[in-house]
Amino acid sequence: MSGKTLYDKLWEDHVVYTEDDGSSLIYIDRHLVHEVTSPQAFEGLRLAGRKPWRQSRNLAVADHNVPTTDRDQGIADPVSRLQVDTLDQNCAEFGITEFDMGDVRQGIVHVVGPEQGATLPGMTVVCGDSHTSTHGASGALAFGIGTSEVEHVLATQCLMQKKAKNMLINVNGQTGPGVTAKDIVLAIIGKIGTAGGTGYTIEFAGSAIRSLSMEGRMTVCNMAIEAGARAGLIAVDEVTIDYYRDRPYSPKGEDWFMAERLWQRLHSDADAVFDKVIEVDATAIKPQVTWGTSPELVVAVDQHIPDPALETDPVKQKSMLRALDYMDLKAGQAITDIWLDKVFIGSCTNSRIEDLRAAAAIAKGRKVAANIKQALVVPGSGLIKSQAEAEGLDKIFIEAGFEWRDPGCSMCLAMNADRLEPGERCASTSNRNFEGRQGYGGRTHLVSPAMAAAAAVAGHFVDISTWEGQ
Amino acid sequence: MKAFTKVTALVAPLDRANVDTDAIIPKQFLKSIRRAGFGPYLFDEWRYLDHGEPDMDCSDRPLNPDFVLNKPEYQGAEILLTRENFGCGSSREHAPWALEDYGFRAIIAPSFADIFYNNCFKNGLLPIALPADVVDSLFKELTEGYQLTIDLALQKITTPSGREIGFDVDENRKYRLLNGLDDIGLTLQHADEIKAYEAARAKRAPWLFAD
Ligand code: SF4
Repeated sequence: MSGKTLYDKLWEDHVVYTEDDGSSLIYIDRHLVHEVTSPQAFEGLRLAGRKPWRQSRNLAVADHNVPTTDRDQGIADPVSRLQVDTLDQNCAEFGITEFDMGDVRQGIVHVVGPEQGATLPGMTVVCGDSHTSTHGASGALAFGIGTSEVEHVLATQCLMQKKAKNMLINVNGQTGPGVTAKDIVLAIIGKIGTAGGTGYTIEFAGSAIRSLSMEGRMTVCNMAIEAGARAGLIAVDEVTIDYYRDRPYSPKGEDWFMAERLWQRLHSDADAVFDKVIEVDATAIKPQVTWGTSPELVVAVDQHIPDPALETDPVKQKSMLRALDYMDLKAGQAITDIWLDKVFIGSCTNSRIEDLRAAAAIAKGRKVAANIKQALVVPGSGLIKSQAEAEGLDKIFIEAGFEWRDPGCSMCLAMNADRLEPGERCASTSNRNFEGRQGYGGRTHLVSPAMAAAAAVAGHFVDISTWEGQ
Repeated sequence: MKAFTKVTALVAPLDRANVDTDAIIPKQFLKSIRRAGFGPYLFDEWRYLDHGEPDMDCSDRPLNPDFVLNKPEYQGAEILLTRENFGCGSSREHAPWALEDYGFRAIIAPSFADIFYNNCFKNGLLPIALPADVVDSLFKELTEGYQLTIDLALQKITTPSGREIGFDVDENRKYRLLNGLDDIGLTLQHADEIKAYEAARAKRAPWLFAD
């Protein structure tokens, strides 16, 4: 018998029972809750007279609708305010811990979970949000769910699931200068496409993944969903264990040593068999920039926008033409000739301390270009914000002309007041460049934090691997 | 979830094909944070002459007298008779929420959109797909006060003249509806297994069960 993959191990550890048709009831160790996808689930509980199965396994935080300025004045938009107030009331009524808007621990749910040690290696983690895949970076099985399932987890601490297939993406070799976790994952999506991982759980492995920090690994797993996979995974190693030592919700004392021993086995066996294996050469990856309205429409910064006329697949050709039209770009145009209106550094993909440091290193002693109407830096959590301020990063950003904001999803999806106006073009460190994602008619280019900061300074995209600044 | 065993009820005819979920419950109602209370806004654009908004008091809104559900003879109808591809369009679960909240228990049509069909079962509604000519015969014989009896256990519809019409339903879904079990109710039947799992796991990973 061949060995097991990491996914096989995590799955088997959580099966409560399996039905004849192969679907299994899976135990959920951690349920993260936010204000957008939970109100009907709580209402369902209330209507059925049910209680949460285990209150302590739920952790709630408002992130999508919260303002990133003038917090003390509350939320101006009534629809946003109602969603956040409803979360507060539901958490109070059902006895669920919530980091509210005034709590320094508040932030984007996928940043807060690992930061608090609330999501740990070996856990099953779910949230009514597709970017729950982020938590797979710690060797946890983590995926997004719908509102009916949110209610199901609240009431039973379990979910009915069918097992996905196993995919391994090996990224080997030393990355070049200016190439980050974001560039690695964008290059992977460019290679396998946004449906490439559909039906699979993707394990990211190889020396280039191993040498990433936990923050970088979270960036990679965050975008597994953009590659079509509900869950992304990275095996546990010393980097993982070091990261979780002494987090507020991490196991303590004897439990910590027990956990460490248990977590050591969270890797695929050497003889494990995957349904699909993809090899990626890290040495060939350059800083990436998306040019279209799907994350797979991506090229290296030193390249030109591809010509749809050369695309042989008529469906792809049509989507390329539509993307060029929406983005107001031309085939053959150099990426470095794309000028921008706004810059957004933030989101659950790239708002951690390492991301802010990378952006600040570029911004330091420089100025945001005159054509940039707004450059936002939105930390992923209140704790990251304080840490950055302790390191003086806020001053660097503010002196360079960036706006330093309070934590939340912000312009990643423009549910609060931060948004693009029709036709505006933005370099964004978030994860989705869909039509209208950052505001109606807005145009999004996905990049790494350093690339976004450099674009803010130059006013257009520049290749940070060769750029000398100005 | 309400159990569905045998229902004898008044039938309302909605003689339209391809009724989409946006017609069943228009998109402005999706901003609601509620799950109940969509009944007054069911078919909002057809039912009322003004434009509906969430939280509107519907009691003094101008009704469209031509819309079938507004006719006096169909008040209290619990079975909706309609045409093919009912529930197409957006996947919103608000559509079955609204139908159920209004008081419908079953929908009879030649065909249903896939996601809508699934969502009905999650919310205590029985969608019954019958051959188009059978549905047509029901439309033809429907007169004032027309009632049907739907027996889910026997998978049989009985008309006022005593005609019996069989229908298909997936065994698993039938079981859930008959017993009023939603997915949560079904999982909770395994509560002991969940607790046994927790006890075993707590030995290996006590920190997950410390509180
Ligand atoms: S930052 Fe963006 S992608 Fe992440 S949870 Fe918030 S809205 Fe979703």
